[in-house]
Amino acid sequence: MAVTEEEVEGLVFHPMDQFIIKPLFGGGDVHWFTPTNATLWMALAALCIIGLLVFGTRGRAIIPNRLQSIAELLYGMVHKMVEDVTGKDGLKYFPYVMTLFCFILFANFLALLPKSFSSTSHIAVTATLALLVFVGVTVLGFVKNGTHFLGLFWVSSAPLALRPVLAVIELISYFVRPVSHSIRLAGNVMAGHAVIKVFAAFAAVAAIAPVSIVAITAMYGLEVLVALIQAYVFTILTCVYLKDALHPGH
Amino acid sequence: MFSLLQQTAPVVVEHSETVTHTETAQAAAHGADAAHAAADAAHGASNAGMPQLDISTFGNQIFWLLVVLAVIYWVLSRVALPRISGVISDRQGAITGDLMAAEEFKQKAKDAEAAYDKALADARAEANKIIAANKAEIQKELDAAIAHADAEIAARAGESEKRIGEIRASAVEDARSVARDVTEALVQSFGGNVDQNLINDAVDQRLKGALQ
Repeated sequence: MAVTEEEVEGLVFHPMDQFIIKPLFGGGDVHWFTPTNATLWMALAALCIIGLLVFGTRGRAIIPNRLQSIAELLYGMVHKMVEDVTGKDGLKYFPYVMTLFCFILFANFLALLPKSFSSTSHIAVTATLALLVFVGVTVLGFVKNGTHFLGLFWVSSAPLALRPVLAVIELISYFVRPVSHSIRLAGNVMAGHAVIKVFAAFAAVAAIAPVSIVAITAMYGLEVLVALIQAYVFTILTCVYLKDALHPGH
Repeated sequence: MFSLLQQTAPVVVEHSETVTHTETAQAAAHGADAAHAAADAAHGASNAGMPQLDISTFGNQIFWLLVVLAVIYWVLSRVALPRISGVISDRQGAITGDLMAAEEFKQKAKDAEAAYDKALADARAEANKIIAANKAEIQKELDAAIAHADAEIAARAGESEKRIGEIRASAVEDARSVARDVTEALVQSFGGNVDQNLINDAVDQRLKGALQ
């Protein structure tokens, strides 16, 4: 069997095994409703968010304690982002943007715990998030602006001859948005975790183990940064797309 | 991340599904857990080793993601965000209120200072008025006293003048009687006849020039 052959070699590379989705209870196939490790860690992210934003602010203190300060910091950051990028009328969609930001942030950070599962490394999850934004923003654009929304693709400031060409480019870039939006997040999280796993496999050899451990530490630091930055990037792009829907035209 | 558990699960990369099934069947003999692990590995490995591309788990992930997102959205929009926004606006209100109260107190202090200054100015004016009044009164009394003194001095001077006049008159009279007596004695000693009227006239004649 292949298993025994690999174990004999000593170096065992399974960098992608950490992303396998397994049922939490018992075995069997993964049906759409089966509680899996993905379910567990997404639910934990939800619990952490509720813990911070609801439990942390239960004092409603004028002078906040630590948890409340963090909750207010998150709130203020996303609120300011939505207001700065989309303007005052975008604040109506602030709870949704806040939901996205909190979920991605906490899923990313929880994924950094040893033995945890990184739900945002799965393209199914990030594509769903990106498509929710894409479809929502497109529908919103047509509902708010009617056919004026198509002005997004018709660059009226460009020379008339160039406009059809630009329209094609704009149209393509518009439909590429959800792809880049989702793959950016999943790719970053997956790559970082896989690299850590590869270094961890090297740690089995005593001679390279110190280098490997230092490398894991460095990668871990980088991943902490990536976890925050990718959540931020996803959110600010959502805000930008929302702005395009509310105020089309260049 | 460091899912060490998963390392125990064999990854069957380059085997066809039929091989996987036979493996599963073999593993089943060892126990149920091994069978699950093999099945999981088969799921994970069916797409060139990337669990991300295993379409059979997509429905599950999307379903649970939507559930989790709905829960988070519901809690955030119903409880957390209104509460935090309330707290922040309360704080803003408290700060604005405090600033306004401070402004009010500042205004009060300014008013109090103005009132104090005004009271001070009033007191000073009052004092000046009293001083002026006292000065006028004293001046009046002084004037009256001076006038009184002047009158007294004048009266005294008049009296003295009168007395001096009297003294002078009596001195003239004395001189006249002495002169008459001396003249009478001289006339007698020269053997002349004493004519009282003549002597008196002569003495008066002489004195008129000397005593006036």
